[in-house]
Amino acid sequence: MTLPVKLEFSGGAELLVNKVRSHQINLPNNDSKWTLRSLLIWIRDNLLQERPELFLQGETVRPGILVLVNDTDWELLGELDYVIQENDNILFISTLHGG
Amino acid sequence: MADDDVKLLKEQLSRQKEEIEKLKSLLQDKLKLPDVFTSDNDDFPTTIPAVNQLDKESIARYSRQLILPEIGIRGQLLLRKTSVLIVGCGGLGCPAALYLTAAGIGQLGLIDHDEVEISNLHRQILHTEARINVQKSTSAAYACKQYDIVLDATDNVATRYLLNDGCVLAGKPLVSGSALRFEGQLTIYNYKGGPCYRCLFPKPPPPETVTNCSDGGVLGVVPGIIGCLQALEVIKIAAKIGRPCTQRLLLFDALDGSFKAIKLRQKKDNCEVCGSSPSITELIDYEQFCGTRATDKDKVLTILTPEERISVQDYQAIVENGEPHLLIDVRQPVELEICQLSQTINIPMNSLSKEETIKELKEKLIPQADRPKTSVFVVCRQGNDSQVAVKLLKEKLKQLPISIKDIKGGLKAWARHIDRSFPEY
Ligand SMILES: [Zn+2]
Repeated sequence: MTLPVKLEFSGGAELLVNKVRSHQINLPNNDSKWTLRSLLIWIRDNLLQERPELFLQGETVRPGILVLVNDTDWELLGELDYVIQENDNILFISTLHGG
Repeated sequence: MADDDVKLLKEQLSRQKEEIEKLKSLLQDKLKLPDVFTSDNDDFPTTIPAVNQLDKESIARYSRQLILPEIGIRGQLLLRKTSVLIVGCGGLGCPAALYLTAAGIGQLGLIDHDEVEISNLHRQILHTEARINVQKSTSAAYACKQYDIVLDATDNVATRYLLNDGCVLAGKPLVSGSALRFEGQLTIYNYKGGPCYRCLFPKPPPPETVTNCSDGGVLGVVPGIIGCLQALEVIKIAAKIGRPCTQRLLLFDALDGSFKAIKLRQKKDNCEVCGSSPSITELIDYEQFCGTRATDKDKVLTILTPEERISVQDYQAIVENGEPHLLIDVRQPVELEICQLSQTINIPMNSLSKEETIKELKEKLIPQADRPKTSVFVVCRQGNDSQVAVKLLKEKLKQLPISIKDIKGGLKAWARHIDRSFPEY
């Protein structure tokens, strides 16, 4: 059983994934449950075009990127340990500074 | 421009300023407009005269919003006694100032570090062409204390942290807006148990990941919309109506024509500035903290040695003498459409390190009998990226008998020193 989820990138984060803002993906069958921690590794290996350091720092996202699951701040959901559910909508926002 | 011209313009400017001040005070007497303070005056407001009723003119002026039950006389008087500090008088700050003044906010403070530049005019509707290069004022820090609400309409990370800490320390809500390309973001920090900027972003983003409007571009109406929304949130806070955008982040996607509000964390107990045992109890050095300057203005990098660079004058001589060389422009294709030098090949920065790019380049640079050694020049908008590119190419092409230099100051220098008709953007 694969796990369908929708990944979205905005605020400039989409520039790191071939300028595509929305990615409907199927996470492959996994021995353990898919978490945001393992998703980030999957994104690094499958979606990031180049320079992963512009998206990741260590095992988490770099400072300045917010992660939201179904429009809710991941910090309210356990951050990296959040267990991904079928059809979750996971949004990565790079914060804007311009004005 | 000659020094005399500058002097003349400055004199004209100060005369005009006096004239404007005179007109402003005349107008104020006539219309009883709210006092608009610009920080060139340095006298920040201390108190707003208490008013407990509206006069006839005010009633006429604000009648449309007075008949809204949510506002009414009560709300209008609350607006009248609220003071707001707008930091950043650019694409966000201008529309915000316009609507806050129109709504009858009691006092408005305006601060900006920037000078007004012509490239800003498309999104800064309060400035006119005559005011280009007017040095506005500096220093926001302690001004937060003097006002009831602070509006962050700045354009850089360092000032955003500064205003956040200033507002937390002064206990003031911070209505924060930002915009880039076709996107905008809006939230209120440090208000009603919601997070502050540091609760969300304890660490500043790495400088190389921060894109400003002068590099990334912005469609003027986008900050216009966000600035108007900031004014709206200020009015809601001041009149105590509705559901303020605290602990929520509003995302605006102009291309998609959609808004989205996302739920944010609460204020964090371990936050370094707004938490229960804060380590930041006074303002710090924010440029150092962020590793960037508190401006979105063009910074000048020096990565290469002088021998690895060539001036625009020397490059022009090479072109005029017909010396064979290869000119690589590392800007984005959309930028080459705006302007480019002749005989340019385009290799955008982001594809420079790709293997196929290097392979193609190597083929172009293989030594020929008639040119044992090729000169390569790299150019960009203002001479920063070109240095990074030279460093990278030197590494990738080190086996080849070539010399690689960047054109110092880029196309901006070309426009200023060689060809005055060449566009600057
Ligand atoms: Zn905080």
